[in-house]
Amino acid sequence: MNIFGDALNWIIDPANYSGPGAIPMRLLEHLGFTFLTLLVASAIAIPFGFVIGHTGRGRGLAVTTSGGLRAIPTLGLLTLVALWIGIGLGAPYVALTVLAIPPILAGAYTGFEAIDRGAIDAARAVGMSEVQILTQVEIPLGLPLLIGGLRSAALQVVATATLAAYVADFGLGRYLFSGLKTRDYAQMLGGSILVILLALALEGIFATIQRVVVPRGVASTRLLVDRARPARPRPGMEPAITKGNP
Amino acid sequence: MNWVWANLDLIRDRTLDHLILSVPPIILSFVIALPLGWLANRYRLSRGVILTVSGLLYAIPSFPMFIVLPALVGTTLRSPLNLVIALTIYGVALMVRVVADGLASVDADVQRSAVAVGFSTWTNFWQVELPLSGPVLLAGLRVVAVSTVSLATVGAVIGAQSLGSLFTDGFQRGIQAEIITGIVATVLLALLLDGALVAVGRLALPWTRARKSVRAAARLRLPVEVTP
Repeated sequence: MNIFGDALNWIIDPANYSGPGAIPMRLLEHLGFTFLTLLVASAIAIPFGFVIGHTGRGRGLAVTTSGGLRAIPTLGLLTLVALWIGIGLGAPYVALTVLAIPPILAGAYTGFEAIDRGAIDAARAVGMSEVQILTQVEIPLGLPLLIGGLRSAALQVVATATLAAYVADFGLGRYLFSGLKTRDYAQMLGGSILVILLALALEGIFATIQRVVVPRGVASTRLLVDRARPARPRPGMEPAITKGNP
Repeated sequence: MNWVWANLDLIRDRTLDHLILSVPPIILSFVIALPLGWLANRYRLSRGVILTVSGLLYAIPSFPMFIVLPALVGTTLRSPLNLVIALTIYGVALMVRVVADGLASVDADVQRSAVAVGFSTWTNFWQVELPLSGPVLLAGLRVVAVSTVSLATVGAVIGAQSLGSLFTDGFQRGIQAEIITGIVATVLLALLLDGALVAVGRLALPWTRARKSVRAAARLRLPVEVTP
């Protein structure tokens, strides 16, 4: 337990709160980096995800690409891009944006796919235009899953940003690497605890947002639907008529 | 390509290191997640606790996890055991939810029939629930395998040997070919283990070949992958 005591002492040591490489600065770097990466990745992934979800086209390609990207080791991508563009913040930004896109994209289109087709057909039947269906039906109903995708991406980015300290002088990961180099376990462990706390805090925030964005109508009917539904999940959401049509 | 030919021995050794780091966690996470997932599916209280804890564990970034574990369980920082434990934690965290969802997807009528003809909870699990949720479990285990292989490379930053060592070494010495080799080898290894799991699945679940329920399992929405 002594080791953790040392790590906590390191975290609260006033010497670590001033000058270059102070804890608040590193924390801000880490957070700022995470948000900027998520912002850029969202700007790319969300429109594509909405198009895929709305039209149903390109889904196979998106699934294959995200599956492939999942297998690519983050550290490999990070070091490779760092060799290409050089040491500094550029490489982590590029590598992490690439890594953050698949979960956000998947969140965007699975959010649309999970919507009861009946709701969309009804919207079309009452005369909504495609744009209205998108903005007033699909996006609000798909939002919880989109936030879920953002949550995965955020965790991924926070975690990999720690590794990015390997190729750039920034973020909380610096403490882990400099602790490793100087065999300063208190610093290493203290830094690790800070990263873990940051990750868990983000996880908590996103989980809360995910719950809050569920439209009120959906939240209130869900309970009734759950009770009425048989224990077995419904086999599919397509209308019964199209089934049995060879 | 010259770099590859000149370093075949190194690539082979790191691949073996990588296998030693990644295969045990894949097997262990399945074995450990099975009872936990059953428990999570069975009682509402245990479901909340188990799924929340596994969700939080999964949220912990891997690099800090490797550093915190020695202080918690007394492993040596650079030892394979330390990494195996960390990777097993991630595998279990992912797999528990899959097992719980898989067991929940078994038709309630089938379960009631099994109880009605006199199956005990134990035989019901082994002979009804487990085989019927097999395709879902397989799909989950494949995700675990691929992400474990990818995660194991992170160990290189603390000095544990794996294919990830090709990244750190290649970066420090400025050898692009070495990093690319590492990435390709990692992806190939992931595909290989994935293929092995598919093969095991075919042997263990022969009926899925006829019924195509594997496809149905693949459509089950697994959590969007995080590779910390």
